[in-house]
Amino acid sequence: MFKIVKREEMSEGTVILNEIEAPLIARKAKPGQFVILKANETGERIPLTMAETDPEKGTITVIYMVVGKSTALFKTLMVGEGYQDIIGPLGKPTDVEKVGNVVCVGGGTGIAVLHPITRALKEIGNHVTSIIGARSKDLLILEDKMKAVSHELLITTDDGSYGRKGFVTDALKDVLDKGDTQLVVAIGPVPMMKFVSKLTQEYGVKTIVSLNPIMVDGTGMCGGCRVTVGDQTKFACVDGPEFDGHKVDYDELMLRLQAYCEHEQQCYNDFCMLNPQ
Amino acid sequence: MVEQETKKVKREKIPRQPMPEQEPELRAKNFEEVPFGYSPETAMKEAERCLQCKKPACIAGCPVEIDIPGFIRLIKEGEFTKSIRKLWERNSLPAICGRVCPQEIQCEGVCIVGKKGEPVAIGNLERFAADWERENGTGDLPPKAEPKGKKVAIVGSGPAGLTVAGDLIVKGYEITVFEAFHKPGGVLLYGIPEFRLPKEIVAQEINFLERLGVKVECNQVVGRTVSINELFEDGYDAVFIGVGAGLPILLNIPGKNLIGIYSANEYLTRSNLMKAYRFPEYDTPIIRGRNVVTLGAGNVAMDSARTALRLGAENSRIVYRRSRTEVPARDAEVHHAEEEGVEFFFLAAPTKFIGNDQGRVVGMECLKMELGEPDDSGRRRPVPMEGSEFELECDLVIVAVGAGANPLLTQSTEGLALNKWGYIQADPKTGKTTKKGVWAGGDIVTGSATVILAMGAGRIAANSIDDYLTWGW
Ligand SMILES: Cc1cc2nc3c(=O)[nH]c(=O)nc-3n(C[C@H](O)[C@H](O)[C@H](O)COP(=O)(O)OP(=O)(O)OC[C@H]3O[C@@H](n4cnc5c(N)ncnc54)[C@H](O)[C@@H]3O)c2cc1C
Ligand SMILES: Cc1cc2nc3c(=O)[nH]c(=O)nc-3n(C[C@H](O)[C@H](O)[C@H](O)COP(=O)(O)OP(=O)(O)OC[C@H]3O[C@@H](n4cnc5c(N)ncnc54)[C@H](O)[C@@H]3O)c2cc1C
Ligand code: SF4
Ligand code: SF4
Ligand code: FES
Repeated sequence: MFKIVKREEMSEGTVILNEIEAPLIARKAKPGQFVILKANETGERIPLTMAETDPEKGTITVIYMVVGKSTALFKTLMVGEGYQDIIGPLGKPTDVEKVGNVVCVGGGTGIAVLHPITRALKEIGNHVTSIIGARSKDLLILEDKMKAVSHELLITTDDGSYGRKGFVTDALKDVLDKGDTQLVVAIGPVPMMKFVSKLTQEYGVKTIVSLNPIMVDGTGMCGGCRVTVGDQTKFACVDGPEFDGHKVDYDELMLRLQAYCEHEQQCYNDFCMLNPQ
Repeated sequence: MVEQETKKVKREKIPRQPMPEQEPELRAKNFEEVPFGYSPETAMKEAERCLQCKKPACIAGCPVEIDIPGFIRLIKEGEFTKSIRKLWERNSLPAICGRVCPQEIQCEGVCIVGKKGEPVAIGNLERFAADWERENGTGDLPPKAEPKGKKVAIVGSGPAGLTVAGDLIVKGYEITVFEAFHKPGGVLLYGIPEFRLPKEIVAQEINFLERLGVKVECNQVVGRTVSINELFEDGYDAVFIGVGAGLPILLNIPGKNLIGIYSANEYLTRSNLMKAYRFPEYDTPIIRGRNVVTLGAGNVAMDSARTALRLGAENSRIVYRRSRTEVPARDAEVHHAEEEGVEFFFLAAPTKFIGNDQGRVVGMECLKMELGEPDDSGRRRPVPMEGSEFELECDLVIVAVGAGANPLLTQSTEGLALNKWGYIQADPKTGKTTKKGVWAGGDIVTGSATVILAMGAGRIAANSIDDYLTWGW
């Protein structure tokens, strides 16, 4: 078992942080890589990015949003309990390079994935402006952590309950208008990444996105995570999860993410009936 | 002389003993094993049919050269425990091989009795002895040599890796198996379905190795969690790579990424390893098609098409670009699939998948083929017939047209020479790779083959590793 040593609830329990003992993975992991977790015998294999790793302590940290059955099940795991299986580190690490001015754009739990990448980009000497957004104030996560790893932090909410009213793309446009941005990293819901990429394409600014297709093994053996990038089929678990944002077929990805929507609903309802909160 | 003649006549009169099985209509709706196995009486009767040839052709037909007349004679005499010991001399996984070997092109294909009638049911008898041992045996472990103080790492827990583990642990080595998935067994676990190879049997074989002292470490993706070089740094004296051919081949035609188009790897992994057939008791979902098309006609395709029936398909069809004679699957599987109602479309190949506005597959366009000149594989090459397009309605497509070499491990390991398809180059006589202290065998060397060939490669490598650790590279 992989034991949970620390657990935090954020955003009124919709976002959970777990620090977990996994010494072999902690020893190897790099920013941008993910793990696959399985809670128990009957559980599903769920990919989550490592938000932090501590090789000395032998722990990894994941931050996830409760969206369905598996993440709701993860939420019931307390300190001292743990996951039956954790596999990793998987995926290619982020290319962390000094390029100058970088804008990191995050939405939803994408912010959790963005956080370690932002930190690495700052540590190597880039000037980092971060833009994080959510539908409303209560749903915004990791503001403090993002602030700590950015030179400048901009916040947007769809309803204007906090920060600037509007979408992350509105704030991004202003930054891009100033010129002199070498790289944009965008991680969040697929539509967000799509619109960010559309915008940065107009400005001709290189853009990296992190894709989250449905996965099974995470080692390139099933092809379930396939995405279209340019004119090629790529397996996000081994060729990614990060890709050139200007080349990704987002519409296909969005459809593919709906593959099991009926199953997911059934599974989640059953779980909530048995575990009322 | 006369007496001998009459005895022979009598023996030839015994027909091949059929294996009792679940009725097709019933079994096509459940995941329980199809054949029930022989009773001791039937097994002894079948064993009578073996002529105990002086120069047994069957042995040469078996890749691991089991003493076939030997183990069959012991069954005939009712000495089941001795019979299984005889099998174990050459084959550490008889319960599995008895079930999945393509006997018709191996041992049974050359059996002398088969020249005139039906061959001795060697596979069924092998299965019987192994099942009998599992249910009634002593469970005694074979003797182990004195500890040698050397450690061997095995990467991959398929039949190749398990064979190396079993062979070397009894020779006194310390063995650790590293497996990427959360459970060991390789294709035996995630590929071949329950109705053909109960997972209980695979688990028991692995449990047997663990009782012998083999350590099995799951969730270890070698090349990611730990590298081959790090294994040496961690004190392993030799490494065997048996990671299989785990790369799905998908078709490069329009619509290939529609929802409802699975690689066979994904479909079978969801169903077998993740137990999606028991959703929602198990959390992993799987698409249950009504009109299912499987592309390809190997064992993997048969397993997929038959799984689809069990998951509620009204139609389960196989589309194959060659003809009936080229079908590579085991005879028994094709026969079982037909009995269960799988339909075959020979000499046809898809050209395009058709989707709806939700990105789900709803049909496919195919072309009819005719057979032309033989190709590299010696089989006649299918050639499309112009203007022969036809459409098939389908809401689930399983692509089972082969597998390739997964580059995850091989590309992260320096000094390991690969062939042009990405498979590891290993000396067929020893299993040695171009990297010192590293052996390889099974599908990652040969490309997709069979369980018994993977085991054969494992045995060769185990002997070579033993030599190396005793005498040097
Ligand atoms: C490489 C990678 C890294 C990820 N990192 C994080 C992370 O750090 N934090 C985080 O909160 N989430 C992350 N995700 C997404 C996370 O895996 C899904 O939210 C989770 O699988 C949902 O499972 P569920 O059973 O709770 O929800 P479900 O009921 O299965 O699904 C709810 C919704 O989530 C989508 N979904 C289902 N399965 C997946 C999946 N495997 N991947 C993505 N979306 C899915 C569905 O389209 C559906 O709309 C990552 C995904 C990938 C592929
Ligand atoms: C659906 C299906 C049906 C089949 N039916 C038959 C049949 O009826 N008869 C027959 O003889 N053959 C059959 N075969 C073929 C047979 O199963 C294979 O030839 C055989 O299993 C190959 O054995 P292997 O040990 O080389 O590899 P595998 O059985 O593929 O095992 C390899 C193992 O290595 C693990 N692995 C991979 N990469 C890594 C890594 N980087 N680190 C750690 N572990 C790793 C994998 O997860 C896997 O568990 C079938 C195959 C399939 C897919
Ligand atoms: S191992 Fe396979 S080929 Fe050999 S005797 Fe048994 S069934 Fe036949
Ligand atoms: S060839 Fe057939 S009859 Fe002869 S020993 Fe082998 S199994 Fe028996
Ligand atoms: S998750 Fe199976 S290939 Fe990527």
